[in-house]
Amino acid sequence: MKDLLMIAIGSALVNNVVLSQFLGICPFLGVSKKVETAAGMGGAVIFVITLASLVTSTIDTFILIPLGVTYLQTIVFILVIACLVQFVEMFLKKSMPSLYQALGVYLPLITTNCAVLGVALTNAQNSYNILTSVVNGFAVALGFTISIILLAGIREKIEYNDIAPSLKGSPIVLITAGLMAIAFCGFSGII
Amino acid sequence: MKPNTPVERLYNGIIKENPTFVLMLGMCPTLAVTTSAMNGLGMGLTTMVILAMSNLIISMLRKIIPDGVRVPAFIVIVATFVTLVEFLLKAYIPSLNASLGIYIPLIVVNCIILGRAEAYASKNGMIASLFDGIGMGLGFTVGLTSIGIVRELIGAGEIFGAQILPASYEPVSIFVMAPGAFFVLATLTAIQNKVKINMAKKGKDVSKIQSGCNSDCASCAAKCGSAKE
Repeated sequence: MKDLLMIAIGSALVNNVVLSQFLGICPFLGVSKKVETAAGMGGAVIFVITLASLVTSTIDTFILIPLGVTYLQTIVFILVIACLVQFVEMFLKKSMPSLYQALGVYLPLITTNCAVLGVALTNAQNSYNILTSVVNGFAVALGFTISIILLAGIREKIEYNDIAPSLKGSPIVLITAGLMAIAFCGFSGII
Repeated sequence: MKPNTPVERLYNGIIKENPTFVLMLGMCPTLAVTTSAMNGLGMGLTTMVILAMSNLIISMLRKIIPDGVRVPAFIVIVATFVTLVEFLLKAYIPSLNASLGIYIPLIVVNCIILGRAEAYASKNGMIASLFDGIGMGLGFTVGLTSIGIVRELIGAGEIFGAQILPASYEPVSIFVMAPGAFFVLATLTAIQNKVKINMAKKGKDVSKIQSGCNSDCASCAAKCGSAKE
């Protein structure tokens, strides 16, 4: 239990997926204009990464490792994740329309999000068992959600400021992200 | 220059549509691995090999792959080459493999590779596609190496591990850490914005230059997602 907690804190705060691993930079910069949409994206990412961690680590444990074909991990994982996202989209559309309304538009964006594949590969490389993989996946996604909502909050305030023309748009957002990364460095003392 | 000749493709990839400085594609590896010039160079060359080979194969198979499943087919081809290259690196350059780590398998989801497959290799001949891959890959290598040089110089006072600045220089070590990557990219996009504003003032067409990573990847991902349905 203590180990799981350490892994969760480590993945969510200390090695934050966006601010120190640079995975999922595109949605982090692209979908962070408003807190509402950022929260929607965060929810979708938590859902998909947790599910993808479960599925990929199950496949890894019961198929790839017994057959001795772990070198196929990259190919299998990316295909499984792409199918999974499509399947989740169809499933939500049919059976949970309200959740689909909230998350639907973000799902296609997640297919090629490197954070999803990154988590699956990290789980496999550290040979986490299925439970640990799911906890790690959830924590990584939680870290993503925390940072994207924080950035969106800051960006809503930046809107009203007078910014030099060449810094408008992505440069000022990147500087903000850099300052957030410095702040998150402070967490490295926790574990 | 005549279009689609090898020389034109190389020029296009390295200068005109440089993936790092002009198109601003593949920003995740750009930020993550440029802690030193050597890592940038290694990542750039690795990506170049994969890009050239996958472009060649996709161009060979472009008439066989059905349109409806082309994106998954491209992903399988790219993932195969990534796995092969990962094996080669593990066997022959283990130090580079260790320092690039998880970012090698993550080349699969690099926007540049799927982007070139979709935009060029699936429509053009083998030789042109191969050189398009080499050109784009070299452009990416130039971008990563120069960002790596800047970060290593400021952050450690070294270039390729050789001490350049005098010992009295106090390294700004934040530049080789995660926040430095954001600051360097911010400077880069600011310079690009400045160039674009100047070009627009002179009445030149700036629509060719993308708007940084703000919209690109999202639209690229959306395209890939919708293409699968």
